[in-house]
Amino acid sequence: MSWIDNRIEDGVIITSLDWAINWARTSSLWPVTFGLACCAIEMMATGASRFDIDRFGAGAFRPTPRQADLMIVAGTVTYKMASRLKRLYNQMPDPKYVMAMGACTVGGGPYFKHGYHVVKGVDLVVPVDVYIPGCPPRPESLLEGLMRLQDKIRHQTRAKDKVALANRDKLAPLTV
Amino acid sequence: MTPEEISNLLRRTFGDAIEEVVLAGAHPYVVVQADRWPEVAQFLRRDRRLKFNLLRCISSLDLLPDDKLAAVYDLCAVPEATDDKPLVCPHEFAVRVVTNRGNPHIPSVADVWETANWHEREAYDLMGIVFDNHPDLRRILCPDDWQGHPLRKDYVFPKEYHGIPGTTEHELPSPRH
Ligand code: SF4
Repeated sequence: MSWIDNRIEDGVIITSLDWAINWARTSSLWPVTFGLACCAIEMMATGASRFDIDRFGAGAFRPTPRQADLMIVAGTVTYKMASRLKRLYNQMPDPKYVMAMGACTVGGGPYFKHGYHVVKGVDLVVPVDVYIPGCPPRPESLLEGLMRLQDKIRHQTRAKDKVALANRDKLAPLTV
Repeated sequence: MTPEEISNLLRRTFGDAIEEVVLAGAHPYVVVQADRWPEVAQFLRRDRRLKFNLLRCISSLDLLPDDKLAAVYDLCAVPEATDDKPLVCPHEFAVRVVTNRGNPHIPSVADVWETANWHEREAYDLMGIVFDNHPDLRRILCPDDWQGHPLRKDYVFPKEYHGIPGTTEHELPSPRH
C-alpha cells in the first residue's frame, strides 16, 4: 500500500478488517471444559505444561459455554449425553467451532459395533469443523487439529458478497 | 463356614425353597425359589452363623435357550475391622434366583441389603427384571424413555433416538458375536 506509506504517524498499523478480526479469533480460541471419556485425559495433558495448549491461545478452558468459542468433544457421546451436548452447543455465542476428538466422536469408534448407546459420530448432533482420529489422539494431534482450525478461521471473511461466501464454503471440514 | 455347610444349613432351614445346589467350580451357589427369596435373604443376613452383611454385586443372566432370566447375588461376610482381626472374608457364597423371561419378577431385597437398591435398578434397566417392592424402580443408566433392555441377548439396537440416526454393522438388528 505504497500510496499511504509515510503519510501517517508511527504506531499506526493498517490492515484489513478480516485480517484483524481473524487474528483475534485465532489467537484466543477459548474451549469449553468438556471431557466425556478417556480422550479427555489427553485433552488435559494438552492443557498441562508439557504440551501447553496456551501457546496457541486456546488454554483458557471456560466452565460455561457462554464464554467459549470452541467445543472440543473429547470422548464417547452417548444418546443420553447428545441432548446435553446440543444444548451446550446452542448456548455458545457465535462464532463457534467444534472439534471431534477421538474415534468415538468421529464415528462411534470402538463402540461402533457393540455400543447400543453410542452416537455414531458427533456430527450427527452438531456441525463439526475438525476431525481428529485416534483412540485417544496424542496431544500433538490435538494441537495439529487446533492449528488446522486456526487455518480455517484465518480464511473466514465478513464480506457478504457471493464470491466470498462461495469461497468460504470451499473450506469445508478438514481432517488432520 | 464352607460352601457345603452353608448350603446344608439353608437346605435344613428352607427345605424345597432351595431348588438346586451347585458346589463344583470356583463360584458355589444355590438356586432359590423366587417367592421365598426375601425370607432366605433375611436369614442369610441375620443368622448368627452366617451374617452375610455385604452384598458385593448383583449380576443378571439372560438364559435365552431355557427362556429364563436369573439374578446372581454375591454375598460376603465381613468381620468388624479391629487391629487384631484383619479384614478378610470368613466366608462367601452366591445365590441365584431364576425367573421366566416373559414376565420376569423377583422380590426386591433392598430392605435387607442397602446395596441392592441401585444394583436392582441396574438389573432392571439393562436386563428388564422387575424387582417387586423395590422402593424406587427406575432406569439408572439409560434415559427414562429408552426402549427395551439392552443386555438381553435378543435386544434390537435402536435405529434412531430423538432424531439422531443409529446404525449397526451390516444393518443387522444387533451385532453378531
Ligand atoms: S476414542 Fe478411544 S480414547 Fe477416545 S473416548 Fe473413545 S474409547 Fe476413549
